[in-house]
Amino acid sequence: MEELVNLFHGFAVALQPFNIMVMVLGIVLGVIIGVLPGLGGANGVAILLPLTFSMPPTSAIIMLSCIYWGALFGGAITSILFNIPGEPWSVATTFDGYPMAQKGKAGEALTAAFTSSFVGALFAVIMITLVAPLVASFALRFGPAEKFAVYFLAFCSFVGLSKEPPFKTIAAMMIGFALAAVGLDSITGQLRLTFGSTELLNGFDFLIAVIGLFGIGEILLTMEEGLAFRGGKAKIDLRVVLQTWKEMPQYWVTSLRSCLIGCWMGITPAGATPASFMSYGIAKRVSKNGHNFGKGEVEGVVAPETAAHAAGTAALLPMLSLGVPGSPTAAVLLGGLLIWGLQPGPMLFVEQKEFVWGLIASMYLGNLVGLIVVLTCVPIFAAILRVPFSIIAPLILVLCAIGAYSVHSSTFDVVLMLVFGVVGYLLKKCNYPLAPLVLAIVLGDKAEEAFRQSLLGSQGSLGVFFSNSLVGTIMVLGLIALFWSAIQEGYSRLRPHSVA
Amino acid sequence: MTTNSPHAGPTHKAVEAGVTLLIALFGAIVVYGSLKAGINWGAEGPRAGFFPFYIGIFIIASSAINLWNGLRDGDDGLFAEWGQLRQVLSVVIPTAIYVGVMPFTGLYLASIIFIGWFMRWLGKYSWLVVTAVALGMPIVTYLIFERWFLVPLPKGPIEEWLGL
Repeated sequence: MEELVNLFHGFAVALQPFNIMVMVLGIVLGVIIGVLPGLGGANGVAILLPLTFSMPPTSAIIMLSCIYWGALFGGAITSILFNIPGEPWSVATTFDGYPMAQKGKAGEALTAAFTSSFVGALFAVIMITLVAPLVASFALRFGPAEKFAVYFLAFCSFVGLSKEPPFKTIAAMMIGFALAAVGLDSITGQLRLTFGSTELLNGFDFLIAVIGLFGIGEILLTMEEGLAFRGGKAKIDLRVVLQTWKEMPQYWVTSLRSCLIGCWMGITPAGATPASFMSYGIAKRVSKNGHNFGKGEVEGVVAPETAAHAAGTAALLPMLSLGVPGSPTAAVLLGGLLIWGLQPGPMLFVEQKEFVWGLIASMYLGNLVGLIVVLTCVPIFAAILRVPFSIIAPLILVLCAIGAYSVHSSTFDVVLMLVFGVVGYLLKKCNYPLAPLVLAIVLGDKAEEAFRQSLLGSQGSLGVFFSNSLVGTIMVLGLIALFWSAIQEGYSRLRPHSVA
Repeated sequence: MTTNSPHAGPTHKAVEAGVTLLIALFGAIVVYGSLKAGINWGAEGPRAGFFPFYIGIFIIASSAINLWNGLRDGDDGLFAEWGQLRQVLSVVIPTAIYVGVMPFTGLYLASIIFIGWFMRWLGKYSWLVVTAVALGMPIVTYLIFERWFLVPLPKGPIEEWLGL
């Protein structure tokens, strides 16, 4: 029960007045970020990261994680009211959320979405509370080969699970690894891939990449599409909330299933977006109201929202306990930890107990605060969306520039940000996934270090990655994940014969 | 390719092939740089270029497959219409200028002009609204970043003259 004691200490930390204030501020900023096009969870957190440099690390991570919760909530508002997913993981929410709003049931849809988000997050946080310390203490025994195997599994899951073509995922990922390799080699102290440029000595900072790829790239995509907002009215009163809450329990099976899908997809770094689609798809197939999905069924809002929020929260489990972020936003949070001098991974649970449990406690409180904030302030947030894009766009571009500059106080980084923006636009249009690229920039150096140290121990033999049952198992899981789509295809080819 | 028709533009296939070739070129640069850094074993184990060398090879190999797949059964539709691309460029070019002048003018002046230009030219707002937003945003930024959170932002001659 040591964890429980730690958790209560964590609550004591999270409930300090300053931290509560930071929490509310983070949620509000997060919802705004989630509502605005071009500002997502990952680059919103990246832009605001410099603001937290002067805060104590625990308050800083509370604020940043609350921005993340806020962004998760915010995505639902735009999907339901405007049929514009503010975040990729809210796309599935538009399928039934927007039809509900058109039928004049926007209040019900929003309440259902927010409540399911809360349920999903709560489920994932409880899971983190129970599982994270176990994983961390297990991972303390990891040597370099096991560490590399975990990275290998993480990246292979991307290839197997993402909906983009596998070789595009691999290409995007490898670009990330290559960018991470630029600059000083941490093992030999040698310079590489800088081609004589002094600006590249320190390599590419992934925060700049995140702001460029997700922020600028998204603005360019929005410019191309041209935006017209035809929004439903947003009004939630207490009666609608209570009425909807009364109906919610009947969807408990969908809810539980979506929680499980979300947690699973969040831990393996596939993320919230596929989780929401998968959950929606399964709910549609299984539910007795399945034929009504797409016409405004509450269950069709519950399923994707629960899964997306559970996945978004669960993505922090591997980040905290293994140092492997499960999503781009978790990667940015991990970058924050490094900047504050904290080494993410199993040792965090030993050396920085107050920090870890303060963060976990703030996940409980932050989501509760988030639920209250979004339920009460929906009209205000919806009004933000009515501000025309030609005002919002330059402001977001300026914010991105400020965020990119303040990471290292360098104007060269702002130029890089724009380059990343154009690259992000092209890659996205050509169906290359950006999340693995960013994760590879974050983890590239660590993965390489683990790889080279393992090889050093084995005198260059790749057999070291299968030398004991633990590392061998993780590697085999990785290989299964890598060839997952091929395995599925093979299976579905075999199946018709057995059925027919 | 005619530029006059409203529904004309570069095909998806062509752009995608171009992007794939650029990625392959990037991979080749990585391989070249790794070779320069040394890809064999040195006294302290694998040398600096060892890991990126194979990364570069992976980039080139996967690009080759992507190029093959793209040309064989790629999307025959348009990548984007010329008008849409013009919209995109109408953001990229001013942003490039904005980013380019920032080291000389500082962030604030550049932002005021950038926001003002964007709203006036693309948004067609009245000068009153334009001025309010273009001046308001940098002032709020100054207060939040430099005063409350003590994050210094790039400044130019005007801020120096104002003594900020």
